[in-house]
Amino acid sequence: MRIQITVNGETRSHDVEPRTLLVHHLRDSMGLNGTNVGCDTSSCGACTVLLDGLSVKSCTVLAVQADGCEVVTIEGLESAEGFHPLQEAFRASHALQCGFCTPGMVMASVSLLADEPHPDEARIRRGIEGNLCRCTGYHNIVRAVRAASGPR
Amino acid sequence: MIPAAFAYHRPETVDETVALLSELGDEATVLAGGQSLLPMMKLRLAAPEAVIDIGRVPDLRFVREGKGHLVIGALTRHHDLERDPLVGKRCPLLGEVAKKVGDPQIRHRGTFGGTLAHGDPAADLPAVAVALDATIVVVGPQGRREIPASALYRSYFETSIAADELIVEVRIPFTEGAGGYEKFTRQAQDWATVGVLAARCGGTIRVALVSMGHTTLRAGAVELALAGGASIDEAAALAAVGTAPVEDLRAGVEYREHLCRVLTRRALEAASA
Repeated sequence: MRIQITVNGETRSHDVEPRTLLVHHLRDSMGLNGTNVGCDTSSCGACTVLLDGLSVKSCTVLAVQADGCEVVTIEGLESAEGFHPLQEAFRASHALQCGFCTPGMVMASVSLLADEPHPDEARIRRGIEGNLCRCTGYHNIVRAVRAASGPR
Repeated sequence: MIPAAFAYHRPETVDETVALLSELGDEATVLAGGQSLLPMMKLRLAAPEAVIDIGRVPDLRFVREGKGHLVIGALTRHHDLERDPLVGKRCPLLGEVAKKVGDPQIRHRGTFGGTLAHGDPAADLPAVAVALDATIVVVGPQGRREIPASALYRSYFETSIAADELIVEVRIPFTEGAGGYEKFTRQAQDWATVGVLAARCGGTIRVALVSMGHTTLRAGAVELALAGGASIDEAAALAAVGTAPVEDLRAGVEYREHLCRVLTRRALEAASA
């Protein structure tokens, strides 16, 4: 089936098999391998991307479901001015150890802050509930999200 | 993991969907948000020959006010229920339960009609429909039909919705009184080991149980005891009466029964606050 998706601002068409998952389409057809496949069972959140502005697990969305939609991946966050504030905050707060969960953590946090610009710590923890860090580096991740959200 | 191959259909109207369901019968499954269906297809626990994606059918994602009830479109997402002001005013418990479903990513995709039709006894939102005596409106080849929530579930993943019928909307009586949903999980974003919902509706208290049997259940013994003047402690002690919890990776039968009594007490306290 022919689908057209706007990924990180660029609209591209592809023929996909209907059973193709969005994450595989992004990685294999579009060459955007910043989005990781972790658990592959909708638990870990490593594959989190924005679909029409909201975080989704791209291992649990068919590429055909994203037809006509806008997707933002970790590669789409950086702008001409440099890192996205959350990327910068993750760097400054040392919010990554092995780094595998990081793209998903950042995308989930982008969605959280778009929804709620100044969450308290409890809200941040609930907001990234769908993302697992195997290194258990949660404290610094939460600090990074707080830092990026800025003062109220 | 990748689902088995299937024929993909993307109807643009309810009528077209029903025509496809009639034609394809049991071979087809309806895809709404896909947050339960797609993981099952990836694990090959489900391998439908045809998938009917209703995600583009217009006019199924709404919340509006009817006479004494909310009308909620089948494609309304959990995330919509969390933040909808009408839900917040007319049935705040529905919004509170929606907040406890899965995790944010799942709530951004999962739909109210989808979770009701899926028939998983561990799902959260069916407890609201069952406790509050919601009405599920389906459309089939013969037109519209209403199914009371009490008659929706037959067994695990089995509902009284026919293979050629589609949920289009759900009516939930206004329930503005206090209520509580107590969900016990082993970890964040897990399915409920046990969940208990209590809601004050007019002069009565309704209680629904999650993961305590083959379907979402009403705690009839608790409701009856309360109506007869029993205290919260006395009523909660009866919470596991008539249930049939299973032993699985999350918990054994006795532990589930124990959780059910404890969570019922907490939910009743919240509903009495």
